[in-house]
Amino acid sequence: MTLDAKIPSGSIDQKWTKYKNSVRLVNPANKRNIDVIVVGTGLAGASAAASLAEMGYKVKALCFQDSPRRAHSIAAQGGINAAKNYMNDGDSTYRLFYDTIKGGDYRSREANVHRLAEVSANIIDQCVAQGVPFARDYGGLLDNRSFGGTQVSRTFYAKGQTGQQLLLGAYSAMSRQVGKGNIQLLNRHEMLDLVIVDGKARGIIARNMVTGELERHSAHAVALCTGGYGNVFFLSTNAMGSNVTAGWRAHRRGALFANPCFTQIHPTCIPVSGDHQSKLTLMSESLRNDGRIWVPKFKEDAEAIRAKKLRPNDLPEERRDYYLERRYPAFGNLVPRDIASRAAKERCDEGFGVNSTGEAVYLDFSAAIVRYGKAEANVKGLHNVTDAEILKLGKKVVEAKYGNLFQMYEQIVDENPYETPMMIYPAVHYTMGGLWVDYELMTTIPGCYACGEANFSDHGANRLGASALMQGLADGYFVLPYTIGNYLADEIKTGSIPTNTPEFDEAENNVRKQLEGFFTNGGTKPVDYYHKKLGKIIWDKCGMARNEEGLKWAITEIKKIREDFYKNVRVPGSMKGMNPELEKAARVADFIELGELMCLDALNRNESCGGHFREEYQTPDGEALRDDENYMYVAAWQFTGNPSEPNLIKEDLIYENIKVSARSYK
Amino acid sequence: MNLTLKVWRQKSTSEQGKLVEYKVSEISEDMSFLEMMDVLNYKLIESGDDPVAFDHDCREGICGMCSMFINGEAHGPNRGVTTCQLHMRSFKDGDTIYIEPWRSAAFPVIKDLMVDRSAFDRVQQAGGFISVNTSGRTLDANAIPVPKEDADKSFDAATCIGCGACVATCPNGSAMLFVSAKVSQYALLPQGQVERKERVLNMVKKMDEEGFGNCSNIGACEVQCPKNISLDNIARMNREYLMASIKPEN
Ligand SMILES: Cc1cc2nc3c(=O)[nH]c(=O)nc-3n(C[C@H](O)[C@H](O)[C@H](O)COP(=O)(O)OP(=O)(O)OC[C@H]3O[C@@H](n4cnc5c(N)ncnc54)[C@H](O)[C@@H]3O)c2cc1C
Ligand code: SF4
Ligand code: FES
Repeated sequence: MTLDAKIPSGSIDQKWTKYKNSVRLVNPANKRNIDVIVVGTGLAGASAAASLAEMGYKVKALCFQDSPRRAHSIAAQGGINAAKNYMNDGDSTYRLFYDTIKGGDYRSREANVHRLAEVSANIIDQCVAQGVPFARDYGGLLDNRSFGGTQVSRTFYAKGQTGQQLLLGAYSAMSRQVGKGNIQLLNRHEMLDLVIVDGKARGIIARNMVTGELERHSAHAVALCTGGYGNVFFLSTNAMGSNVTAGWRAHRRGALFANPCFTQIHPTCIPVSGDHQSKLTLMSESLRNDGRIWVPKFKEDAEAIRAKKLRPNDLPEERRDYYLERRYPAFGNLVPRDIASRAAKERCDEGFGVNSTGEAVYLDFSAAIVRYGKAEANVKGLHNVTDAEILKLGKKVVEAKYGNLFQMYEQIVDENPYETPMMIYPAVHYTMGGLWVDYELMTTIPGCYACGEANFSDHGANRLGASALMQGLADGYFVLPYTIGNYLADEIKTGSIPTNTPEFDEAENNVRKQLEGFFTNGGTKPVDYYHKKLGKIIWDKCGMARNEEGLKWAITEIKKIREDFYKNVRVPGSMKGMNPELEKAARVADFIELGELMCLDALNRNESCGGHFREEYQTPDGEALRDDENYMYVAAWQFTGNPSEPNLIKEDLIYENIKVSARSYK
Repeated sequence: MNLTLKVWRQKSTSEQGKLVEYKVSEISEDMSFLEMMDVLNYKLIESGDDPVAFDHDCREGICGMCSMFINGEAHGPNRGVTTCQLHMRSFKDGDTIYIEPWRSAAFPVIKDLMVDRSAFDRVQQAGGFISVNTSGRTLDANAIPVPKEDADKSFDAATCIGCGACVATCPNGSAMLFVSAKVSQYALLPQGQVERKERVLNMVKKMDEEGFGNCSNIGACEVQCPKNISLDNIARMNREYLMASIKPEN
């Protein structure tokens, strides 16, 4: 098998325009006879479902939550990038394109990324027209902030609830189409298999999570907008239900899975506090606009802080190590996530961590509070203000910017971050890897598409902050609606697809067999037992740092978990009715297989790039050392029937517009 | 700490439910309320019992999925937080905690603590949107400045997470706080003006059809709302509705 990314010819800034001008169209009368299933209602799915329905296709939209509005995108905090250059700070489509390629450590596809940068500005226009209440300045115009890995301010935001506001915008567009009868909404439905007829995706098997029934849904195309697989680690900032099942089942049916080991560990999350923990909570990257990251310069101070004999506020400036500002003066606290995370791990591994587990660093707002306080005093024309008043004014400004994040922190940690610096540590957050797609966002199964975090396409080995929301909406509003027509133009004569066929029978039986097996194995251990065990192995061996020995060990251990899981897991209840443990069991079964593939992928990639840090491959000062000669490719894995023996298929990455060089933020 | 839980168990919508007592021990005060429920469920599964079904997803107060009536209060004793943000440090060793589902005619119980809130989706489908297609050919985002104050108020209304605590807590089962927050978000923005009248009429009509009760200005919803959605929104919606009803044709 060879991979064709179907990248249009022509210069990089003309490819998308040319594509759109020449792509085949489906006329409105024919669209009414074409069914499209959109699995997932996050930013990618909701925007795709709304757009396709507006265009006239008959759409079914599925989500496993009780409402589309609850998709995990709702939790995104900090913002969304767009090359608007409203700040007049030198931003442009090219710069966003360049920042994204470099941020991804030269492991993403130029043509896709350029298209993303091109459509970014339209996303903001679209959202404002839909009534998304972005933050504005006193003149009534849109405000921007900065995110890591860039030197411009191009991030649009709605306090710490940007994802919520964008998703509610897409949900409202979708709701309008549901009201018109153009979208059939299937809440509390989980896709459990993809149905393939004559080599084409023709439908899905889904479980109605309320009744427990297995349902058959046919369509002329299926779009998987099912989010990322960070929960393979058990502990992550993802919502509890986020999972890889839809993508993995498509993979088992022939869709290649690309770069599974490229996962993002986010530097600023609330540290783990104990074994009881079910998930981790992000503190948005936007906080690094104003927060300074530090640990004590001397070990004895770190020890005293850990023993609660010293308070961080009492440690004088000259005894603090602002290690990001020290190591990366050009970008300082705003280096990309992979770099900031590794730097935190390095300090904590060396013994400078500041909480009882030794795995935490400070994110300190005191300087920003004073700075803002002084500025406010000037704006208000106040003279002779006391320090206390300045602090009060400054805290107000910080609250307006990040209030809900500070409140979240206080709820969890029971400490007031306006008074003492936040404690943070890296945590699993996002997955760059995903289903392999071509320029048209089609997987290697004809008629099966993947959008949003579920695909691998735009972020290479490391995603820049505020670019996932951009990609999700770009895929759903502006890319898929065009590219899907190119395929569906051949389907106008197909007519509706029957579900009483052997292919649907086979797929339904396949699902039924797996689910029924969970009730008849006589097992004793809850699903979470296995999920936690798997997560710990992957975090330890395929997390922030990896090496050959560790990965080999992990692969053997995961195989054992897989065997033990089917024999000894206990799922209470039955197939009938609501059964959350059954849902979890099916998801964890897929996570176990994916976990092994992640380790195999990490083992294959004998280099360090972006979030993939192989300890054997680093520069003398501890930076990632790429091997462009041998690894400038997308590793796309094919399922062979045995999860331990996938086929590797390579898509070479060709850089025609950006000069590939060492990635430096110094 | 050790706790006694009295949990509502109900097998399905059509069956009768009842409170069942469970004991949990070694609960740390750093746990969230839902992590405490995880401990209970782990124990129930190990001993071959049916775990308690409850809705949850983000576990950080934003998706609106978690929904427990704890000791007679929606989302429990603390203000401005969801069930998933409630921590066990709000309870003491030896406490007895009553845990029940949202109760409202418009939210039938699916199982145990899970209810069906799809009525909210249907209200939104009746008018909770601005009719603009995704052409990418809309106005430039900065073409219409929006006064900061209006933008901020619109945002505040838009932070509603659709959890339904307002309905569950209201003796009449009214959805006014939820619906008015959506109406207000759009009414405060220039983009929302064109459909202003139909929107409020259609959403209120749907709200009544779905079986939500009338608002009699009790104000319990605002108190229990985890996102502090203000009663001002209800006042605004009443004005909008009155205006739209008086002159529906222009
Ligand atoms: C805490 C947090 C904060 C973030 N902040 C930012 C930020 O500030 N800026 C930014 O750009 N990015 C941010 N991200 C990343 C970003 O939010 C996600 O990458 C993005 O929202 C993913 O969108 P999506 O549409 O691809 O998937 P999701 O929003 O995850 O949606 C997945 C959908 O698929 C459905 N689904 C999944 N499997 C199935 C199945 N088998 N059957 C049926 N339905 C299924 C789900 O129900 C859901 O509707 C953040 C992520 C986290 C975790
Ligand atoms: S108004 Fe408040 S209580 Fe009601 S649904 Fe919205 S967030 Fe929940
Ligand atoms: S689980 Fe999402 S708000 Fe509580």
